[in-house]
Amino acid sequence: MKVKITVNGMLYNKHIPNDMMLLEFLRKYGYVSVKRGCDTSNCGLCTVWVEGKPVLSCSYPAARADGKQITTLEGVKEEAASFGRYMTAQGAEQCGYCSPGFIMAVLAMRRELTDPTEEEISQYLAGNLCRCSGYAGQTRALRAWLKDKPWEKEGQA
Amino acid sequence: MKLKFVNQPIPKLDGAALTGGKGVYTEDMVPRDCLVVQVLRSPHAFARIKSIRKDAASRVPGISCILTWEDVPQIRYTLAGQSYPEPSPYDRYILERVVRYVGDPVAIVAGRDKDCVAKAMGMIQVKYDLLNPVLDFEQALDHPSVIHPEEDYFHHYDIGGNPSRNLVASGSDAHGDVESALEACDVVVEGTYYTKANAQAMMETFRTYTYLDHNRRLNVVSSTQVPFHCRRTIAHALGLPKGMVRVVKPRIGGGFGAKQTLVSELFPALVTLRTGKPAKIVYTRKESFQASNSRHQMRVHVKVGAMQDGTIKAVDMHALSNAGAYGEHASTTIGLVGHKSIPLYARQADFRFSWDVVYTNTMAAGAFRGYGATQGCFAMESAINELAVKLNMDPAQLRLKNLPQVGETMPAYYNEPLTSCALPQCIRRGMELIGWQEKYPCVKVDDHRVRGIGMAVTMQGSGISAVDTGAVTIKLNDDGYYTLMIGATDMGTGCDTILAQMAAEILDCPMERITVDGVDTDHSPFDTGSYASSTTYVTGTAVVKACTQLKEQIAAEGARRLNIHPERAEFDGDKVYDRTHPETSITLCKLAQSLVAGVGPQWLTATASHCSPTSPPPFMAGFAEVEVDLETGETKVVDYVGVVDCGTVVNKNLARVQAEGGIAQGIGMALLEDINYDPKGQMVNSTFMQYKIPCRTDLPEIRVDFEESYEPNGPFGAKSIGEVVINTPSPAIAHAVYNATGVRVHSLPITAEKILMGRED
Ligand code: FES
Ligand code: FES
Repeated sequence: MKVKITVNGMLYNKHIPNDMMLLEFLRKYGYVSVKRGCDTSNCGLCTVWVEGKPVLSCSYPAARADGKQITTLEGVKEEAASFGRYMTAQGAEQCGYCSPGFIMAVLAMRRELTDPTEEEISQYLAGNLCRCSGYAGQTRALRAWLKDKPWEKEGQA
Repeated sequence: MKLKFVNQPIPKLDGAALTGGKGVYTEDMVPRDCLVVQVLRSPHAFARIKSIRKDAASRVPGISCILTWEDVPQIRYTLAGQSYPEPSPYDRYILERVVRYVGDPVAIVAGRDKDCVAKAMGMIQVKYDLLNPVLDFEQALDHPSVIHPEEDYFHHYDIGGNPSRNLVASGSDAHGDVESALEACDVVVEGTYYTKANAQAMMETFRTYTYLDHNRRLNVVSSTQVPFHCRRTIAHALGLPKGMVRVVKPRIGGGFGAKQTLVSELFPALVTLRTGKPAKIVYTRKESFQASNSRHQMRVHVKVGAMQDGTIKAVDMHALSNAGAYGEHASTTIGLVGHKSIPLYARQADFRFSWDVVYTNTMAAGAFRGYGATQGCFAMESAINELAVKLNMDPAQLRLKNLPQVGETMPAYYNEPLTSCALPQCIRRGMELIGWQEKYPCVKVDDHRVRGIGMAVTMQGSGISAVDTGAVTIKLNDDGYYTLMIGATDMGTGCDTILAQMAAEILDCPMERITVDGVDTDHSPFDTGSYASSTTYVTGTAVVKACTQLKEQIAAEGARRLNIHPERAEFDGDKVYDRTHPETSITLCKLAQSLVAGVGPQWLTATASHCSPTSPPPFMAGFAEVEVDLETGETKVVDYVGVVDCGTVVNKNLARVQAEGGIAQGIGMALLEDINYDPKGQMVNSTFMQYKIPCRTDLPEIRVDFEESYEPNGPFGAKSIGEVVINTPSPAIAHAVYNATGVRVHSLPITAEKILMGRED
């Protein structure tokens, strides 16, 4: 089928197989930050935004993205790098394989929730698995980032 | 000496690339027009292939080749990534006429894309003669079904195995007369403990791609912890000279031991050799669960005897381990069950440790962080906690009374001397952090909820004594920066960074002046690989040696350029100068430039290898606080404290996150993780939905602290951290549950059901 999908502001006018998932579409066109960690929508590694809302691209049909705006980590580079520095300051990225999906979820959370409690944060991010870190380093990075609010200084959306 | 880089929380060198989502992992680099490879797997636990029809499947458009047992080399090998000669038996073919577990490969299918491959897979017709599988590891020894009757079964040396009895390995080790020692004890405790097969569940599944280069050499790019073992085993299994194989390791999305076994490498390699085309395989999560390797399931029987004052006088342990269908890592994991648990209590004790490892028709076990020590720790530490109750002693005091002392020889630890140990400090610090005085043994929360606390201690090693070897080359480049070449594999653990920290420390230069080369068997110096907690300690020492040599060479070359006696030359990282006339100097930049080209060039590189005769143990004390709902048995870990002695902490951030991650995996093992099979031998939990690993909401905020000792044989006093951190949660949580409920759970995982059933008894 034919679709028009906009990824990070770039329009893709493409023929795709009917059963193609958004994850495969994105990787096919070079958005390698999008990772797959499971076959059952349980890991969160493939998190991207559709119209600004986080979705699991592994189970989101590319056909459904027709006419929509998709954002991957490559599309929010600056902001991701800014949060990424809080991660690396803790060593919270170990193998880093879960990092892009986690970061997309974190940046979405920041837009969605104002002054979230610890409980709300951990519920929001519960679907983003990490096998390496035990999450504590991620939590420290998050706390420092939420406290500093670098997005205000950097004038980001 | 004040350290500038070592002992500092320096961010990982690859941190920005990883958090920036850069294409640095195997699958991100696959060449275009790569054949897609998939493996058709056995649906039966034990069967003989009667016939395979692949003609219709081969005609599917886009299919390049379908390989079955008749098409592959019949060379026995082991997939274990261990130093040659491997202690694991050679009990595999790439494809064999017999299949020994659900998931054993039957055919390799390669084609243009995944759709045609999937279609062809569905059209291959296989007829099987079913055999009676051995599924219960306690029934495996001398079972009427023999899993490995093959005549060309081979091992390099005797590991006490006897395949006709389904026995992979067996043995024993003793000191003194344990029977009489037990008889003379005032108090004896005895118990049988069960630990389950767990999946390493690293987030990046197994994957490899292969191609032939311009010299027709087989290039293998793989997510592996053991590139050099990979090269050797691939060459052997495919019947190629080693020189025809090159293995490259990009960034790895986690390993935890799973990738210390070759899992995905041989399939695309064979396809590339047959077709001449690049080929890739990416395991699905399900395949990763069902057809790779896991922690060894074990049954450990322990008897511990002590005098009334708490002096432990006897330890008797027997372990039975389930190797699954193939014997990778079988004889070595079982060794660690006793060798890393008994030494903590063998100071004044006679002991005996004996073991059997058996084949069954389940997925082969392999290496998983902790490597047997974890299983041994659950049994031994649980027994010590029971002993404390019987002696009416505080369990922490009981341990403090018996721990080995620095300077002593440890008879239960290969007679190695104990050269550094801060475990007593770890215990005291952990008691403080968890609030032992106030909370032990339990505190009631309300009428149906109780909080209990528990503890355990553990040790691991730092590399395999006299086996693990790391080589390092450091080069001085033309404008005064360095290339550090290592064969150790960073799998997220940050070893590239910590080894660069050590180099920067010795060469007295900023981290930015050191680049670390990833592993490529064509370029990197030899390293046995990243496992057995060896990298910091073994490869780290090689870094220190190589950098020290290079530093001396720089000073000597500087002296030549300055026309001074080498004794007078001093290198401070930026320049070489005359100690007596500091104004006579040459900058490193200038020196380096003159060394690569021009008159009398002398390109400076230094290479050093290291292999340690001993494996100094890191230690850890773990403390758990759990809340149990007495009505439902529901248990939640509300606090976990781990205090680690890994010698000098090379990088506090990275060590802390390793410890937190290891503890999280340990908590998963204690409460959730359990690979199960149905009565036909089909694994029932092969997704993250059914095999739950801890998510954020399952864990407390794990707290880690360090008590540093100084290991005289380690680089800057460092030991290891990678594995020791996974061991304590199971016994500490079991202990906490006991303190909260009075129920002793002897078999993992500790579930609500087991607690409730225990309360009824
Ligand atoms: S890949 Fe696991 S949730 Fe999408
Ligand atoms: S850092 Fe490896 S899975 Fe999260």
